[in-house]
Amino acid sequence: MTEEQQSCLRGAGLTKVFGIGRQKTVAVDHVDFNFYEGEIVSIVGESGSGKTTLAKMLLGLISLTEGEIYFQGEKRDISSQRKKQEYWKNIQAIFQDPYSSYNIFNKIDSLFLDCINMRGGKHLPHDKKIELMTEACSFVNLKFEELTNKYPFELSGGQMQRLMIARIFLLKPKILIADEPTSMIDACSRATILEMLIQLRNEVGMTILFITHDIGLAYYISDSVCIMEHGKIVERGTADEVILHPKEAYTKRLINDVPKIHEAWDLSTVKYD
Amino acid sequence: MSKVMLEVKDLTTKYITRFGESVYAVDHVSLKVEEGKSLGIAGESGCGKSTLALSLMGYYFAPLHYTSGEIIIDGRTISGMDPDEIRKSILGKEIAYIPQAAMNALNPTQKIINFITDVIQAHEPKTSKKEIIELVEGRFEELGLPKNVLKMYPVELSGGMKQRTVIATSVILNPKILIADEPSSALDVTSQKMVIKMLKDLMEKGYVKSMIFITHELPLLYNVTDDIMVMYAGQIVEKGTAQQVVFDPLHPYAKGLMGSIIVPEKGLRGVKLTAIPGVPPNLKNPPSGCRFAERCKYVIPECRTHSIDLLETKGDREYRCIFTEDQLRKAYQND
Amino acid sequence: MKHTLQQVFHSGKFIVGFCIFVTLLLIVTIYPIIIKDPPLATISQGNFTPPGIYVNTYDSIGTTPFDLDLPNAADKRLESKLNNDDRLAMKDWLVLDGISADQIDTTNTVQLLDQWEKNYDPNKNIKGLTNAKRNYYIRLDNSVKGILSTSGDIIAEKDPQTGALVQTGTVNQTDYVNISQVPNVRVLPLGTDNFGRDVMTELVKATVVSLEIGLIAGAIATLIGLTLGLLGGYIGGIVDDIIMFITNLFTVIPSIVLLILISYSIGQDKRGAVTIAVVIGFTAWVWTARAVRSQVISLRNRDHVNLSKLSGHSIIHIIINDILPYIASYVVMALILQISSAILAEASLSILGLGPRTTDVPTLGLMMNWAMIYQAEILGKWWAYFPVLLVIALITFSMNLMNTGLDQVFNPALRD
Repeated sequence: MTEEQQSCLRGAGLTKVFGIGRQKTVAVDHVDFNFYEGEIVSIVGESGSGKTTLAKMLLGLISLTEGEIYFQGEKRDISSQRKKQEYWKNIQAIFQDPYSSYNIFNKIDSLFLDCINMRGGKHLPHDKKIELMTEACSFVNLKFEELTNKYPFELSGGQMQRLMIARIFLLKPKILIADEPTSMIDACSRATILEMLIQLRNEVGMTILFITHDIGLAYYISDSVCIMEHGKIVERGTADEVILHPKEAYTKRLINDVPKIHEAWDLSTVKYD
Repeated sequence: MSKVMLEVKDLTTKYITRFGESVYAVDHVSLKVEEGKSLGIAGESGCGKSTLALSLMGYYFAPLHYTSGEIIIDGRTISGMDPDEIRKSILGKEIAYIPQAAMNALNPTQKIINFITDVIQAHEPKTSKKEIIELVEGRFEELGLPKNVLKMYPVELSGGMKQRTVIATSVILNPKILIADEPSSALDVTSQKMVIKMLKDLMEKGYVKSMIFITHELPLLYNVTDDIMVMYAGQIVEKGTAQQVVFDPLHPYAKGLMGSIIVPEKGLRGVKLTAIPGVPPNLKNPPSGCRFAERCKYVIPECRTHSIDLLETKGDREYRCIFTEDQLRKAYQND
Repeated sequence: MKHTLQQVFHSGKFIVGFCIFVTLLLIVTIYPIIIKDPPLATISQGNFTPPGIYVNTYDSIGTTPFDLDLPNAADKRLESKLNNDDRLAMKDWLVLDGISADQIDTTNTVQLLDQWEKNYDPNKNIKGLTNAKRNYYIRLDNSVKGILSTSGDIIAEKDPQTGALVQTGTVNQTDYVNISQVPNVRVLPLGTDNFGRDVMTELVKATVVSLEIGLIAGAIATLIGLTLGLLGGYIGGIVDDIIMFITNLFTVIPSIVLLILISYSIGQDKRGAVTIAVVIGFTAWVWTARAVRSQVISLRNRDHVNLSKLSGHSIIHIIINDILPYIASYVVMALILQISSAILAEASLSILGLGPRTTDVPTLGLMMNWAMIYQAEILGKWWAYFPVLLVIALITFSMNLMNTGLDQVFNPALRD
């Protein structure tokens, strides 16, 4: 990270508590971070670590119990619907399950038209809209002519997830939060999705927050990695630092417990509980 | 030459949909598993590996129907047996089957020990409660499960603990074959490791004589099973030892699959992962030639017109492709 | 959508329910076109007239007869005047009179009548006969006089001046009239009720009114339940708290008590069919609201809703486009159930006497009410209450069957 790199998203003391009284759960516990523009950051954690809650807080879908979020150096303000819409021009998301990301009653064209409207293109002529949609589809190696007027159930999982990426390409937000985008995709199609995310960063300069439980995936795709456990970030650094030379016990355990191919997977260290 | 625990010859089973159409999910599959060995089955979703697991037990629920083929367990043919007979003498005793998310099999209102007693008494009604408790406590200790688990209710246990309990229960009668369908997919990595260790222990200590392990995660198979079988669109496309299939795959699909493995090891970052475009064919009307032809990089016109059978190589490997070993290896090198 | 409709019409239960319902609808639509009589017109003298075909006797006499010689005509005539009970009674009398039983053959009408004629004397003192029985025998004797004769009856008119009877015509025993030539024939398939109204026409009108009430009440209840459920479920927070509070209020008070109270306080004058429908609708929405709310709560955290938010859509847009279509199938089913339960609610109210005004229109409940008050079931006048019961049962049954069929289509887990 050089000094020229601007801070894109910064969080200070982010906390989220669910429930009241005795049944309080602290999902996110005083998390600080600073993500730079054009960076691919992975947030790695097992289920229950709070990574999805953190993502929703950053997106503005869940309120913060404590803490501040700074976007491009300035404090984030999402107090009104208008301000929220402004904010969402800069930050978008891709979710884990491609099947539930779509409204099954609408054709997929409506998804793109919504994006064009959001970018202020409501009054563009029809051909220009088609041109934008075709360009977005070709970015993800799909042909718009083949997909227009289709319903989501007519597509495969991989195609649906790629269309989600096409949507991001249309919107071109500054930050993309990808919440386990490949965990429901087959191994053969995974590489395509990952490739496209990297391209988004390379061509458009998007900051990508990649949330996953798969530490191998994090290692493959990201510049820097944060490890989350029980709502706290326990270790952070560049991908090489964290994964090849982990310092914390939790990180070491996470890496040891993943089966490997070229290195031995030591089962004798298993401690039963 | 060890005893063959499970032999499957040309097994074909199909699903019949509500509208009466047949989907041939398992198409003429043959395999052999010897005593003391384990076989891994890999493939993407929809290739038929879970259906194959269900078919191997010989116990079919609609809409799954048996069409043809033989299943022989330790010399005993079970395909075509009466379902009641299978339920009484085969399930649990000769074959144990662990479905995905097996931990949901635990009755939330029963203590674990009652659950296990029920299972044992269904097969050996004459065992007394005392004998059962002795057997179970001993077995649990050997497999590293704490004894106090027996007195608890499922809701008090963690996911990994539940899965291990169910696995230990399913092999309590020392079956000859254990079929595990994604036993660790729903768990975090640490619990996964414990489950895998238990499965390996079961094999080593001889409580199960052979194992079939089904998953889509190849690194897991490499570390657990002796042989690996890759399935695509209801057919076997490659079979060999784990070492052979992972490091020297022959079939183009297997090659693509191995090229998409992601592990947190040094050197991963520089590797370009392979992706295979397209989707598997619809098994209602499977294509006549090679089923992978639509997505294969090396396809030639003959691939679509000839029906491709499994070829055997001299190293006791099998693969389903029109090209020879050397042709394939050369093509891979050139890429 | 097309695929859904296809599946719906494949479902056996739905088709059966649908057919029954549509048949009912067709009957109540076509019947008033053929028979245009007002349903509450009194046509009989306030007795429960049994069902049957009523032929005007005066007009029959005036119509040109046809001479038909049908077999067994005489026997049938005898049979209707002298049935088996009467014959046995005759035999009893003759035996008491002294004739031995084996000489009497009740099947031989001629011989029996002959013996009777020879021996019967109203003044004879027979032991063991009550007064009623004695009168019965006198009536019997009168009715069998001349029963074997084959001559017809004479029609005579009173001469206005002399007062004497002048013969104007005869009616022979072989005279038949063609019923279609008789000007005044009325079919009363279900007879009349105690007020003298044609039950069939009344029933058809009552079905229509009840269905209307059901539809209005059901629509109101579903609409209120849907709106409150959507708003409470999606917006959450204090809006949800308020809506839940109102819902709980209505739950705690049993709806039938509420209905009775409101109905009673409106007063007899204001209670029309539509008013009752509105009242039922405003008390029946509770379970719909609850169910919709719980569905919406589970839907609002779905990915497509989040993506909709991220695309900048307003709350109303999200509710209408992303939530409502997902619960549409449930709402349709809820509507069907609401309609059928509204019809039953109206029936309950009417039986208690708190239904719509009795002078305006009949409803199914009102017909039940009248049958009960005027003791139709005690008197054995089944046509006044049984068809009404049947119609209520058929409507509710067919709607519930359709609902079950739809449920199986929309919820694959319930399929067998």
